[in-house]
Amino acid sequence: MHLMYFTEQPMSAYPEEEGRKFGATALMFSNQHFDPAAGSRLYNEYLDHYRLAENVGFDGIMLNEHHNAPFCMQAKCNVFASILAATTKRVKIVLLGNPLPLADNPVRLAEELAMIDMVSRGRLVSGFVRGGGQEQLATGVNPAFNRERFQEAHDLIVKAWTQPGPFRWEGTHYQHRVVNPWAVPLQKPHPRIWIPGVLSKETIIWAAQKRYPYIALSTAIDATKKIWELYDRVAQETGYAGGPEYRGYLQRCHVAETEEKALANARQFMWMQGEFTGLAHPVWSTPSGYFSPTVRTAFVEYAVGRRSNPRGASFEDQINSQMIVAGTPKTVIPKLRRLLEETRPSILGFWAADGFVSSADAQTCIRLLGEEVLPALREIGKELGLWSPFEANAPVGIAFPDPATPARERANAHHPTPLEVS
Amino acid sequence: MSTTSVSWTSETIPVAGVSIQVSRAGSGPPLLILHHDIGTLDRLPFYDALARRFTVLVPTMAGYDGSQRPEWMRHVRDAAAMQQWLLSEIAETRAPGAVSVVGLGFGGWIAAEMASLAPRAFRKLVLVGAMGLKPERGEIADQALVSYIDYVRLGFSDARAFDRVFGADPTTPQLEKWDLNREMTFRIAWKPYMYSATLPHLLGGVAAPALIVWGRDDRIVPLECGERYAKALPRARLEIVAGAGHLVDLEKPDELARLVIDFVSQGDS
Repeated sequence: MHLMYFTEQPMSAYPEEEGRKFGATALMFSNQHFDPAAGSRLYNEYLDHYRLAENVGFDGIMLNEHHNAPFCMQAKCNVFASILAATTKRVKIVLLGNPLPLADNPVRLAEELAMIDMVSRGRLVSGFVRGGGQEQLATGVNPAFNRERFQEAHDLIVKAWTQPGPFRWEGTHYQHRVVNPWAVPLQKPHPRIWIPGVLSKETIIWAAQKRYPYIALSTAIDATKKIWELYDRVAQETGYAGGPEYRGYLQRCHVAETEEKALANARQFMWMQGEFTGLAHPVWSTPSGYFSPTVRTAFVEYAVGRRSNPRGASFEDQINSQMIVAGTPKTVIPKLRRLLEETRPSILGFWAADGFVSSADAQTCIRLLGEEVLPALREIGKELGLWSPFEANAPVGIAFPDPATPARERANAHHPTPLEVS
Repeated sequence: MSTTSVSWTSETIPVAGVSIQVSRAGSGPPLLILHHDIGTLDRLPFYDALARRFTVLVPTMAGYDGSQRPEWMRHVRDAAAMQQWLLSEIAETRAPGAVSVVGLGFGGWIAAEMASLAPRAFRKLVLVGAMGLKPERGEIADQALVSYIDYVRLGFSDARAFDRVFGADPTTPQLEKWDLNREMTFRIAWKPYMYSATLPHLLGGVAAPALIVWGRDDRIVPLECGERYAKALPRARLEIVAGAGHLVDLEKPDELARLVIDFVSQGDS
């Protein structure tokens, strides 16, 4: 199993009543409510939490990014990835991920990621996302070309990583007369690419066709099973067998020393889902052209308030469906076993706390997870045969069907310098 | 205004790899009407009023109102070139200077682009609340930030006029149409949003007399854009309609029809 720590990096120190008054806490909710002094404190707390996660035994740290919203302070996941590349030693740095359509220059992104991979000595996992609807508006990127830009930017980045330059790129959305970045990744053929998502079928199919692990972001168990049915079917059509090494899951999971405390803190997971702050504005989160035409009816009705968020569910429902797991190590382990048994992921992210959970409680949660929950899950993983892509030495994708060379072998290998060669 | 009923027919004409549907009614000099970014209803009192004096042609612009979407389109100028192509396929509008055009809002921008591409193409040019020019003081309202209903409501001076045209609570199929139309508008007018930086430099050669009409209460495109059009086009004057917002044709159809008929008929005898 590959067990990761994750936080959205909530900017919880903003005046909540202002958010309620405005009616939304994204995109147009004024940044005058952002307090950089609190931001500075929180960023540094989150860095402490990441280092603690490495120390207590997590395999990876998962990072993401969002724009114009207090629910996530990371405006550029490559910034924290760079910091972690230099200040951690062992954990994989798992970006889930860079929103490709927002990039007007994917080559620049390829360079940044290559630098992170080298500085971290080959610990980068480079996930890619489409970005949320409001992200397109926050960055002025046309939502109508979101998926096309996602796929073309991906193709360009992988080519920049794997084929010697210079070459020319004359695409539909990107044109580069010279592609020849002098930073290329340490990992060969390229850093692993994992694709996170919520439900969008097109993304699941695309990931399966590319043979990239898909990371289901906190979906209910039944919905997750449907995702794997689809993924496995496409994998079979593509010519390989799906299975645990292609399956990831992000679990909201808060652990504390008592049940009561765990449940109270877990309520904070609702903080970013609108119960406390009314996060999502239906129009901004679903700009025209962003969603699949197959769900147009549902989203136009959502956008004018004729149906509730197709993704919304109450706290109690989410506890019952295990979309949120909370308790002491002893009570959460059986619940997580059920998740592993029923959906068989080998990559498991722990979204450990959100909202106003104190730094001390977040650290307790990380410590309890590391000391008590992760060892138990590793045993369950072995019992169930949930081998991660690293343990299975799975190919990085359909384009490179050979098993990937572990980065540590590459980092330690002796390469002759030009002086030695001459 | 006459209330005799007007009968409409429809034909499809292949242009640039897609079929353009054109509704037609009336007789007399040809008049092309280009619809808004929100698309158009099939029948409107404004269209009927004009059809009593002109041969009215109302194309559904490519990608709007459920029509086939040309995936390759990127600019409003592409839409303008397609409309010029369309005119060359219709007997009455083929000759340069034969046809007059009424561009409504976003359609006004397309009409202005058409005129700049072919300065002698039109007999008369009418732009109503036209997008296309960057306001110097205000801003063109950003539909990406408001719901379909709120955006269309913003186009009216009087909320009751919206209810009259679309019903107080428009149907889901109407919303889906607005969503599709919005997507098409994003595809060709996303950035810069709803204007061209080069268009103002290209209007000086337009030969046709131009009537610029603006709703006094236009909250979508500021009135100053109307003033800029009137200045940039060599033979233009500006008319302001009281009690109308951006969607003058929907809110004050009789007043707008009268202005258009008087202006386009001038010089006929």
